[in-house]
Amino acid sequence: MGANPQAAHDQAHDSGETGHFTLRTYLAGFAAAAALTVVPFWIVMTGAITNTAVASAVLVALAIAQILVHTAAFLHVNARVQGGWTLIAYVFTVVLLLITISGSVWIMYHLNTNMMPGMMGDPMSQAP
Amino acid sequence: MTTSPEVAGDRPVFYQIEEGTVHAGGTLLGFWIYLMSDALLFASMFATFGVLSSSFAGGPTPRELFDLGLVAVNTAILLVSALTCGLAMISLQSGRLAATRWWLVATALLGAAFVGVELREFGELIAEGATPQRSGYLSAFFTLVGTHGLHVTFGVLWIGVMLVQLGQRGLHPDNRRRLLCLSMFWHFLDVIWIGVFTFVYLLGVL
Repeated sequence: MGANPQAAHDQAHDSGETGHFTLRTYLAGFAAAAALTVVPFWIVMTGAITNTAVASAVLVALAIAQILVHTAAFLHVNARVQGGWTLIAYVFTVVLLLITISGSVWIMYHLNTNMMPGMMGDPMSQAP
Repeated sequence: MTTSPEVAGDRPVFYQIEEGTVHAGGTLLGFWIYLMSDALLFASMFATFGVLSSSFAGGPTPRELFDLGLVAVNTAILLVSALTCGLAMISLQSGRLAATRWWLVATALLGAAFVGVELREFGELIAEGATPQRSGYLSAFFTLVGTHGLHVTFGVLWIGVMLVQLGQRGLHPDNRRRLLCLSMFWHFLDVIWIGVFTFVYLLGVL
Protein backbone atom coordinates (compact mmCIF):
# COMPACT_ATOMS: atom_id res chain seq x y z
CA MET A 1 0.00 0.00 0.00
CA GLY A 2 2.87 2.34 -0.78
CA ALA A 3 0.95 4.15 -3.56
CA ASN A 4 -0.13 7.69 -2.84
CA PRO A 5 -3.89 7.38 -2.41
CA GLN A 6 -4.46 11.07 -3.19
CA ALA A 7 -2.65 10.79 -6.55
CA ALA A 8 -4.55 7.62 -7.38
CA HIS A 9 -7.79 9.36 -6.51
CA ASP A 10 -6.91 12.38 -8.68
CA GLN A 11 -6.09 10.08 -11.55
CA ALA A 12 -9.42 8.27 -11.27
CA HIS A 13 -11.20 11.59 -10.86
CA ASP A 14 -9.54 12.95 -14.00
CA SER A 15 -10.45 10.07 -16.24
CA GLY A 16 -13.97 10.07 -14.87
CA GLU A 17 -14.57 13.68 -15.89
CA THR A 18 -12.57 14.39 -19.00
CA GLY A 19 -10.92 11.16 -20.04
CA HIS A 20 -7.17 10.73 -20.09
CA PHE A 21 -5.50 12.40 -23.07
CA THR A 22 -2.66 10.53 -24.69
CA LEU A 23 -0.42 11.65 -27.52
CA ARG A 24 -1.16 8.40 -29.33
CA THR A 25 -4.93 9.04 -29.34
CA TYR A 26 -4.40 12.53 -30.73
CA LEU A 27 -1.91 11.49 -33.41
CA ALA A 28 -4.02 8.51 -34.50
CA GLY A 29 -7.12 10.75 -34.57
CA PHE A 30 -5.25 13.40 -36.54
CA ALA A 31 -3.98 10.87 -39.11
CA ALA A 32 -7.47 9.42 -39.59
CA ALA A 33 -9.06 12.89 -39.79
CA ALA A 34 -6.45 14.06 -42.32
CA ALA A 35 -7.12 11.03 -44.54
CA LEU A 36 -10.88 11.54 -44.24
CA THR A 37 -10.38 15.19 -45.30
CA VAL A 38 -7.98 14.60 -48.19
CA VAL A 39 -10.09 11.88 -49.84
CA PRO A 40 -13.32 13.93 -50.29
CA PHE A 41 -11.39 16.97 -51.59
CA TRP A 42 -9.54 14.66 -53.98
CA ILE A 43 -12.84 13.12 -55.18
CA VAL A 44 -14.35 16.52 -55.97
CA MET A 45 -11.26 18.33 -57.27
CA THR A 46 -10.19 15.56 -59.64
CA GLY A 47 -13.70 14.35 -60.53
CA ALA A 48 -12.63 10.82 -59.62
CA ILE A 49 -16.25 9.63 -59.26
CA THR A 50 -18.29 10.69 -62.29
CA ASN A 51 -21.67 9.52 -60.97
CA THR A 52 -22.91 12.49 -58.89
CA ALA A 53 -25.26 10.43 -56.71
CA VAL A 54 -22.51 7.95 -55.81
CA ALA A 55 -20.02 10.77 -55.19
CA SER A 56 -22.53 12.57 -52.89
CA ALA A 57 -23.16 9.39 -50.89
CA VAL A 58 -19.41 8.79 -50.52
CA LEU A 59 -18.83 12.41 -49.38
CA VAL A 60 -21.60 12.21 -46.77
CA ALA A 61 -20.31 8.85 -45.50
CA LEU A 62 -16.75 10.24 -45.20
CA ALA A 63 -18.06 13.31 -43.34
CA ILE A 64 -19.96 11.14 -40.85
CA ALA A 65 -16.87 8.98 -40.36
CA GLN A 66 -14.72 12.06 -39.74
CA ILE A 67 -17.22 13.52 -37.26
CA LEU A 68 -17.12 10.23 -35.33
CA VAL A 69 -13.30 10.23 -35.37
CA HIS A 70 -13.19 13.81 -34.02
CA THR A 71 -15.81 13.01 -31.37
CA ALA A 72 -13.90 9.99 -30.09
CA ALA A 73 -10.28 11.15 -30.45
CA PHE A 74 -10.50 14.91 -29.80
CA LEU A 75 -13.70 15.46 -27.81
CA HIS A 76 -13.15 12.25 -25.79
CA VAL A 77 -16.82 11.30 -25.78
CA ASN A 78 -17.33 7.77 -24.50
CA ALA A 79 -19.61 5.88 -22.15
CA ARG A 80 -17.29 6.36 -19.11
CA VAL A 81 -16.70 10.14 -19.11
CA GLN A 82 -19.08 11.92 -16.68
CA GLY A 83 -20.82 8.60 -16.04
CA GLY A 84 -22.05 8.54 -19.65
CA TRP A 85 -23.90 11.88 -19.52
CA THR A 86 -21.84 13.53 -22.27
CA LEU A 87 -22.58 10.55 -24.52
CA ILE A 88 -26.32 10.72 -23.76
CA ALA A 89 -26.38 14.49 -24.46
CA TYR A 90 -24.43 13.88 -27.68
CA VAL A 91 -26.77 11.15 -28.95
CA PHE A 92 -29.82 13.28 -28.06
CA THR A 93 -28.33 16.22 -29.98
CA VAL A 94 -27.59 14.06 -33.02
CA VAL A 95 -31.22 12.84 -33.03
CA LEU A 96 -32.56 16.43 -32.83
CA LEU A 97 -30.08 17.52 -35.51
CA LEU A 98 -31.17 14.79 -37.93
CA ILE A 99 -34.87 15.53 -37.34
CA THR A 100 -34.33 19.29 -37.81
CA ILE A 101 -32.25 19.07 -40.97
CA SER A 102 -33.90 16.13 -42.77
CA GLY A 103 -37.40 17.26 -41.75
CA SER A 104 -36.86 20.83 -42.98
CA VAL A 105 -35.34 19.78 -46.28
CA TRP A 106 -38.00 17.12 -46.87
CA ILE A 107 -41.01 19.33 -46.09
CA MET A 108 -39.70 22.37 -47.96
CA TYR A 109 -38.80 20.26 -51.00
CA HIS A 110 -42.37 18.95 -51.20
CA LEU A 111 -43.83 22.41 -50.66
CA ASN A 112 -41.62 23.72 -53.45
CA THR A 113 -42.54 21.01 -55.93
CA ASN A 114 -46.23 20.55 -55.08
CA MET A 115 -47.31 24.09 -54.38
CA MET A 116 -45.82 26.05 -57.23
CA PRO A 117 -47.84 29.08 -58.29
CA GLY A 118 -50.55 27.99 -60.75
CA MET A 119 -51.12 24.60 -59.14
CA MET A 120 -53.29 25.94 -56.34
CA GLY A 121 -56.48 26.55 -58.31
CA ASP A 122 -55.50 30.18 -58.10
CA PRO A 123 -58.40 32.16 -59.68
CA MET A 124 -55.96 34.66 -61.18
CA SER A 125 -54.11 32.00 -63.16
CA GLN A 126 -57.39 30.55 -64.47
CA ALA A 127 -58.80 33.91 -65.49
CA PRO A 128 -59.43 34.14 -69.20
CA MET B 1 -11.09 19.63 28.01
CA THR B 2 -12.80 22.23 25.80
CA THR B 3 -16.23 21.49 24.37
CA SER B 4 -15.30 22.60 20.87
CA PRO B 5 -11.84 21.90 19.45
CA GLU B 6 -12.43 24.52 16.71
CA VAL B 7 -12.16 27.29 19.29
CA ALA B 8 -8.58 28.47 19.59
CA GLY B 9 -8.34 31.01 22.41
CA ASP B 10 -11.62 32.95 22.32
CA ARG B 11 -11.66 33.22 18.54
CA PRO B 12 -13.53 30.55 16.55
CA VAL B 13 -11.62 29.16 13.60
CA PHE B 14 -13.42 28.41 10.35
CA TYR B 15 -12.23 25.94 7.82
CA GLN B 16 -13.06 26.58 4.20
CA ILE B 17 -13.26 23.10 2.80
CA GLU B 18 -14.20 23.93 -0.82
CA GLU B 19 -11.30 26.40 -1.29
CA GLY B 20 -13.54 28.52 -3.49
CA THR B 21 -12.92 26.32 -6.52
CA VAL B 22 -15.88 25.35 -8.62
CA HIS B 23 -16.26 21.61 -8.99
CA ALA B 24 -14.61 21.02 -12.38
CA GLY B 25 -16.74 18.05 -13.42
CA GLY B 26 -20.00 20.01 -13.18
CA THR B 27 -18.56 22.87 -15.21
CA LEU B 28 -17.29 20.55 -17.92
CA LEU B 29 -20.64 18.78 -18.22
CA GLY B 30 -22.44 22.13 -18.25
CA PHE B 31 -20.11 23.44 -20.94
CA TRP B 32 -20.76 20.27 -22.94
CA ILE B 33 -24.52 20.93 -22.72
CA TYR B 34 -23.84 24.47 -24.01
CA LEU B 35 -21.88 23.03 -26.93
CA MET B 36 -24.76 20.68 -27.73
CA SER B 37 -27.19 23.62 -27.76
CA ASP B 38 -24.74 25.44 -30.02
CA ALA B 39 -24.83 22.37 -32.28
CA LEU B 40 -28.62 22.82 -32.49
CA LEU B 41 -28.08 26.47 -33.51
CA PHE B 42 -25.86 25.23 -36.33
CA ALA B 43 -28.40 22.50 -37.13
CA SER B 44 -31.06 25.15 -37.81
CA MET B 45 -28.60 27.02 -40.03
CA PHE B 46 -27.66 23.85 -41.91
CA ALA B 47 -31.40 23.15 -42.35
CA THR B 48 -31.93 26.68 -43.72
CA PHE B 49 -28.97 26.25 -46.02
CA GLY B 50 -30.29 22.87 -47.18
CA VAL B 51 -33.70 24.33 -47.96
CA LEU B 52 -32.20 27.30 -49.85
CA SER B 53 -29.37 25.32 -51.47
CA SER B 54 -30.76 25.84 -54.97
CA SER B 55 -32.49 29.22 -54.48
CA PHE B 56 -30.04 31.13 -56.66
CA ALA B 57 -32.57 33.72 -57.90
CA GLY B 58 -30.67 33.79 -61.20
CA GLY B 59 -27.48 34.65 -59.30
CA PRO B 60 -24.17 32.79 -59.15
CA THR B 61 -24.07 29.07 -58.30
CA PRO B 62 -21.51 27.42 -55.97
CA ARG B 63 -19.59 26.03 -58.95
CA GLU B 64 -18.96 29.59 -60.17
CA LEU B 65 -18.33 31.02 -56.70
CA PHE B 66 -15.99 28.77 -54.77
CA ASP B 67 -12.27 28.24 -55.06
CA LEU B 68 -11.85 24.74 -53.58
CA GLY B 69 -8.08 25.18 -53.29
CA LEU B 70 -8.63 28.00 -50.80
CA VAL B 71 -11.19 25.90 -48.88
CA ALA B 72 -8.72 22.98 -48.77
CA VAL B 73 -6.03 25.26 -47.33
CA ASN B 74 -8.46 26.57 -44.70
CA THR B 75 -9.57 23.04 -43.81
CA ALA B 76 -5.94 21.99 -43.37
CA ILE B 77 -5.27 25.03 -41.15
CA LEU B 78 -8.20 24.20 -38.87
CA LEU B 79 -7.30 20.50 -38.72
CA VAL B 80 -3.68 21.25 -37.73
CA SER B 81 -4.99 23.70 -35.11
CA ALA B 82 -7.02 20.82 -33.62
CA LEU B 83 -3.77 18.88 -33.25
CA THR B 84 -1.89 21.82 -31.66
CA CYS B 85 -4.84 22.34 -29.28
CA GLY B 86 -4.63 18.65 -28.35
CA LEU B 87 -0.87 18.97 -27.78
CA ALA B 88 -1.57 21.95 -25.49
CA MET B 89 -3.95 19.73 -23.48
CA ILE B 90 -1.33 16.97 -23.24
CA SER B 91 1.22 19.52 -22.01
CA LEU B 92 -1.36 20.80 -19.52
CA GLN B 93 -1.99 17.26 -18.32
CA SER B 94 1.69 16.66 -17.63
CA GLY B 95 2.02 20.08 -15.95
CA ARG B 96 4.36 21.72 -18.48
CA LEU B 97 3.39 25.40 -18.45
CA ALA B 98 5.76 26.69 -21.15
CA ALA B 99 4.76 23.96 -23.62
CA THR B 100 1.06 24.58 -22.90
CA ARG B 101 1.49 28.26 -23.66
CA TRP B 102 3.43 27.72 -26.89
CA TRP B 103 0.94 25.19 -28.26
CA LEU B 104 -1.87 27.60 -27.38
CA VAL B 105 -0.03 30.40 -29.23
CA ALA B 106 0.28 28.09 -32.26
CA THR B 107 -3.45 27.26 -32.04
CA ALA B 108 -4.38 30.95 -31.85
CA LEU B 109 -2.18 31.83 -34.84
CA LEU B 110 -3.72 29.03 -36.92
CA GLY B 111 -7.21 30.16 -35.84
CA ALA B 112 -6.39 33.74 -36.84
CA ALA B 113 -5.05 32.50 -40.20
CA PHE B 114 -8.29 30.56 -40.74
CA VAL B 115 -10.41 33.66 -40.06
CA GLY B 116 -8.09 35.72 -42.30
CA VAL B 117 -8.46 33.35 -45.26
CA GLU B 118 -12.23 33.20 -44.73
CA LEU B 119 -12.52 37.00 -44.64
CA ARG B 120 -10.47 37.18 -47.84
CA GLU B 121 -12.85 34.70 -49.47
CA PHE B 122 -15.87 36.73 -48.29
CA GLY B 123 -14.22 39.90 -49.59
CA GLU B 124 -13.69 38.37 -53.03
CA LEU B 125 -17.28 37.09 -53.17
CA ILE B 126 -18.67 40.50 -52.24
CA ALA B 127 -16.38 42.21 -54.76
CA GLU B 128 -17.84 39.92 -57.44
CA GLY B 129 -21.33 41.04 -56.44
CA ALA B 130 -22.14 37.77 -54.63
CA THR B 131 -23.39 39.55 -51.51
CA PRO B 132 -25.81 38.11 -48.92
CA GLN B 133 -28.56 40.21 -50.56
CA ARG B 134 -28.05 38.60 -53.97
CA SER B 135 -30.02 35.37 -53.39
CA GLY B 136 -31.53 33.17 -50.71
CA TYR B 137 -28.66 30.78 -51.27
CA LEU B 138 -26.04 33.44 -50.57
CA SER B 139 -27.93 34.70 -47.49
CA ALA B 140 -27.90 31.17 -46.05
CA PHE B 141 -24.25 30.70 -47.06
CA PHE B 142 -23.01 33.86 -45.36
CA THR B 143 -25.11 33.21 -42.24
CA LEU B 144 -23.86 29.64 -41.79
CA VAL B 145 -20.19 30.12 -42.68
CA GLY B 146 -20.06 33.56 -41.05
CA THR B 147 -21.46 32.22 -37.76
CA HIS B 148 -18.80 29.51 -37.75
CA GLY B 149 -16.11 32.12 -38.48
CA LEU B 150 -17.43 34.27 -35.63
CA HIS B 151 -17.15 31.29 -33.27
CA VAL B 152 -13.53 30.76 -34.33
CA THR B 153 -12.84 34.48 -33.80
CA PHE B 154 -14.16 34.27 -30.24
CA GLY B 155 -12.14 31.09 -29.73
CA VAL B 156 -8.99 33.03 -30.67
CA LEU B 157 -9.95 35.81 -28.21
CA TRP B 158 -10.53 33.18 -25.53
CA ILE B 159 -7.05 31.72 -26.16
CA GLY B 160 -5.63 35.23 -25.75
CA VAL B 161 -7.42 35.62 -22.40
CA MET B 162 -6.16 32.21 -21.27
CA LEU B 163 -2.57 33.12 -22.20
CA VAL B 164 -2.86 36.17 -19.91
CA GLN B 165 -4.37 34.03 -17.14
CA LEU B 166 -1.63 31.40 -17.51
CA GLY B 167 0.97 34.18 -17.32
CA GLN B 168 -0.55 35.48 -14.10
CA ARG B 169 -1.49 32.30 -12.25
CA GLY B 170 0.16 29.38 -14.05
CA LEU B 171 -1.47 25.95 -14.10
CA HIS B 172 -3.96 26.75 -11.35
CA PRO B 173 -6.93 24.30 -11.07
CA ASP B 174 -9.25 27.08 -12.26
CA ASN B 175 -7.08 27.60 -15.33
CA ARG B 176 -7.01 23.85 -16.01
CA ARG B 177 -10.82 23.78 -15.96
CA ARG B 178 -11.02 26.78 -18.30
CA LEU B 179 -8.50 25.24 -20.69
CA LEU B 180 -10.44 21.97 -20.80
CA CYS B 181 -13.57 23.95 -21.76
CA LEU B 182 -11.57 25.91 -24.35
CA SER B 183 -10.27 22.68 -25.87
CA MET B 184 -13.80 21.25 -26.12
CA PHE B 185 -14.97 24.49 -27.79
CA TRP B 186 -12.12 24.39 -30.31
CA HIS B 187 -12.62 20.73 -31.25
CA PHE B 188 -16.37 21.32 -31.50
CA LEU B 189 -15.77 24.08 -34.06
CA ASP B 190 -13.65 21.67 -36.09
CA VAL B 191 -16.54 19.18 -36.10
CA ILE B 192 -18.90 21.90 -37.38
CA TRP B 193 -16.37 22.73 -40.10
CA ILE B 194 -16.54 19.12 -41.35
CA GLY B 195 -20.24 19.73 -42.02
CA VAL B 196 -19.49 23.07 -43.67
CA PHE B 197 -16.79 21.90 -46.07
CA THR B 198 -18.73 18.76 -46.99
CA PHE B 199 -22.26 20.13 -47.38
CA VAL B 200 -21.58 23.72 -48.44
CA TYR B 201 -18.40 23.53 -50.50
CA LEU B 202 -17.83 19.97 -51.77
CA LEU B 203 -21.45 18.96 -52.39
CA GLY B 204 -22.12 22.46 -53.76
CA VAL B 205 -19.36 22.24 -56.33
CA LEU B 206 -19.93 18.55 -57.16
